[in-house]
Amino acid sequence: MSLLEKHKIIEKSPTLLLVGSLLVVSIGGIVEIAPLFYFQNTIEKVEGMRPYTPLELAGRNIYIREGCYLCHSQMIRPFRDEVERYGQYSLAAESMYDHPFQWGSKRTGPDLARVGGRYSNDWQVQHLTDPRSLVPESIMPKYGFLTKTPLKFDNMDRHLRANQLVGVPYTVEQLENAKADVIAQATTDADIEGLQARYTYDDRFSVPLGDFDGNPDEITEMDALVAYLQMLGTLVDFSTYVPEANYR
Amino acid sequence: MKHLNATIILALGTLLTVFAAAFAYDDLFRIHAIILAVHLGAAAIYMARLVKVDGSGEVEDKSGYMDGPIRIGVILTVFWGVIGFTQGVLIAMQLAWPVTNLEPWFNFGRMRPLHTSAVIFAFGGTALITTSLYVVQRTCQARLWGGAGLAWFVFWGYQIFILMAATGYLLGITQSREYAEPEWYVDLWLTIVWVAYLLLFLGTLFKRKEPHIYVANWFYLAFIVTIAMLHVVNNLAVPVSFLGVKSYSLFSGVQDAMTQWWYGHNAVGFFLTAGFLGMMYYFMPKQAERPVFSYRLSIIHFWALIFLYIWAGPHHLHYTALPDWTQTLGMAFSIMLWMPSWGGMINGLMTLSGAWDKIRTDPIIRMMVMAVAFYGMSTFEGPVMSIKAVNALSHYTDWTIGHVHSGALGWVGMISFGAIYFLAPRLWGRKELYSLRMVNWHFWFATLGIVLYASALWVAGITQGLMWKEYDPQGFLVYSFAESVQALHPYYVLRFIAGLLYLTGGCIMAWNIYKTIKGDVRDEKPMVAVTSNAKPAE
Amino acid sequence: MTYEFVRNFAGTWGLIYLFVVFVGVVVYVLRPGASKAAKEAANIPLKDES
Repeated sequence: MSLLEKHKIIEKSPTLLLVGSLLVVSIGGIVEIAPLFYFQNTIEKVEGMRPYTPLELAGRNIYIREGCYLCHSQMIRPFRDEVERYGQYSLAAESMYDHPFQWGSKRTGPDLARVGGRYSNDWQVQHLTDPRSLVPESIMPKYGFLTKTPLKFDNMDRHLRANQLVGVPYTVEQLENAKADVIAQATTDADIEGLQARYTYDDRFSVPLGDFDGNPDEITEMDALVAYLQMLGTLVDFSTYVPEANYR
Repeated sequence: MKHLNATIILALGTLLTVFAAAFAYDDLFRIHAIILAVHLGAAAIYMARLVKVDGSGEVEDKSGYMDGPIRIGVILTVFWGVIGFTQGVLIAMQLAWPVTNLEPWFNFGRMRPLHTSAVIFAFGGTALITTSLYVVQRTCQARLWGGAGLAWFVFWGYQIFILMAATGYLLGITQSREYAEPEWYVDLWLTIVWVAYLLLFLGTLFKRKEPHIYVANWFYLAFIVTIAMLHVVNNLAVPVSFLGVKSYSLFSGVQDAMTQWWYGHNAVGFFLTAGFLGMMYYFMPKQAERPVFSYRLSIIHFWALIFLYIWAGPHHLHYTALPDWTQTLGMAFSIMLWMPSWGGMINGLMTLSGAWDKIRTDPIIRMMVMAVAFYGMSTFEGPVMSIKAVNALSHYTDWTIGHVHSGALGWVGMISFGAIYFLAPRLWGRKELYSLRMVNWHFWFATLGIVLYASALWVAGITQGLMWKEYDPQGFLVYSFAESVQALHPYYVLRFIAGLLYLTGGCIMAWNIYKTIKGDVRDEKPMVAVTSNAKPAE
Repeated sequence: MTYEFVRNFAGTWGLIYLFVVFVGVVVYVLRPGASKAAKEAANIPLKDES
């Protein structure tokens, strides 16, 4: 059988067609994805990154649940206008503990990568409850129900454990204190030293605390979401970051 | 007994989901399990009533082709189409008039995945499964492999996936992976259904009587197998509890972003392109009654398209924290992708060469030609938008949404409508459609809708991009973000109207198909006989 | 295996390899002997009239 005749076999064999197409479609993914795990320069070297506190993680899960990522990106591109509008452009290192990532793909609303600390807790709660009372042009839905929904946080240790399984470096101590840390971060009169000791990796950047939703009697979903928003983009210590050392 | 096995399986499924509800780890999982239990239970009761104790009706019809699932598939494709378009109109309304958000279940953030999944997976997926099972039988001259059980399992199994995905979104059960939002347990279920689908399709190819495997089947096969690969890798996750909804993705940050858009772009490339090209390669020659323009071009088209498409994902991540080399690769391959895309478009269009008059006389052909034209247009626009300099302006804006819709409404929608109009009379043994003129109305409503949609969002997207970047002579940003939101209001209203037009076309189709199935023929002037010599003799 | 090595390998041997495969596929598919088979295959959908 001549070489040219052999191709007829491919055209006539479902198995070969299947294997052939699977091989052909595998190449691109392997070349583009596998090196990202392998090359050391994929994630920049930075100081200050820490895993989310249990309260922030719970807030992040609410952010995901409500589909915030559909209208808000968390990825500032290195353009003059974006850096002026939103702040320092985002680094890969800043989402290294994000399972899943929340970079987004659309800005129906503004980027939130560095919204942490930009507005007061009160502003965030009011804005989430009734966006147009603060920004008349806004087309954002209302999320007032978060203030009325108690946060379920009894099992935050299991959530931390799942994160640990996928590679987030939570310690045994952090797992054991997951529930207590939620209470410590969201109430004003709590013992916060343990929490700060567990999550403050750099003395200049302590974990934001307090009664986020203005209702001290109850820890609500609003507490968690605002706690998450208030820490976004605040972790990395840019005073020690050398961009030139991280070009890739 | 014919329906006994199905009844038993459904009853066991009901029992299992009731247990899952009883021992659920969280409330959302419990609600989700109850929803499934109710549906499975109802199906079990329905099937049980069909069981004949005396054994009559036991003999399975083994002659000819298996068209039962395909008939239901045509009806459900039309149904999901109308639902998905309605859902699109609703969220367009929410963007134009935010008071129409109803917290918490009907806020935009939960409604948008419902829209995208309804059109891509419910409408598009059902259309693909339905047509692929029709095409593979006809071009292989073989009945579906695996008996009625396998075909019905694939079919209803996929509908269960849709049910679970859709109800999950409104409840707030989501992984936040665009176009792959369903949580881990729904993903596992889809994997099972998808492997069954692959076996069903491959098995039928194996028992074919025709020596060649027709190229439409190549595209369908590549679609099935690639989606399996993408789905499994992109949804790797660790659940918090095996009886709870929440899971955390295996990858994080930059690797997770790359994996997601490798998936996301190839959901476009293989779900919305390769599969529908399979449709084009069968239904266009069939409706035009002539073979495809160049079979050999279709082979090159196939291998080039599936090889290049898979690389294009990083263009969704231009200028992000993804390393530059990956972005550059993504851009280069996206631009190269233009060539096989247009190869396919030319192949589809030129199938009509020598019979161009059919565009004038046959509204179904006109629909298919418009589909291919929109395919060509959006596969040109795509590479342009993947150029980093263009992307710097277009990314994060509504331009991207406009681009997606010229592909989705124009290409995916129109080619599916063409296939449905082709299939309905044949599957129900009718001589013709209820009304060709209504097909023509559908064509014009849809086309106008798409043109209005795409142009409104071009303007919106470019306006947005330019406003964000505008500096005054002193070097300050001119506009606040809120001002750019305000500026878009008129275009969002236009987009809402465009969606209404497209939905109207869909409703016309639903009525037309309903009447065709009933066997009615509309009393109307024929489409063709409008020339002067067509007067009836006196 | 450093980034530089992979980058250079891809830009030279990788490129040549893929180009050769591409030319091979095109030449193979368009070879004169294949036209009859292609014509037969193209007519498959039109054979069946049910």
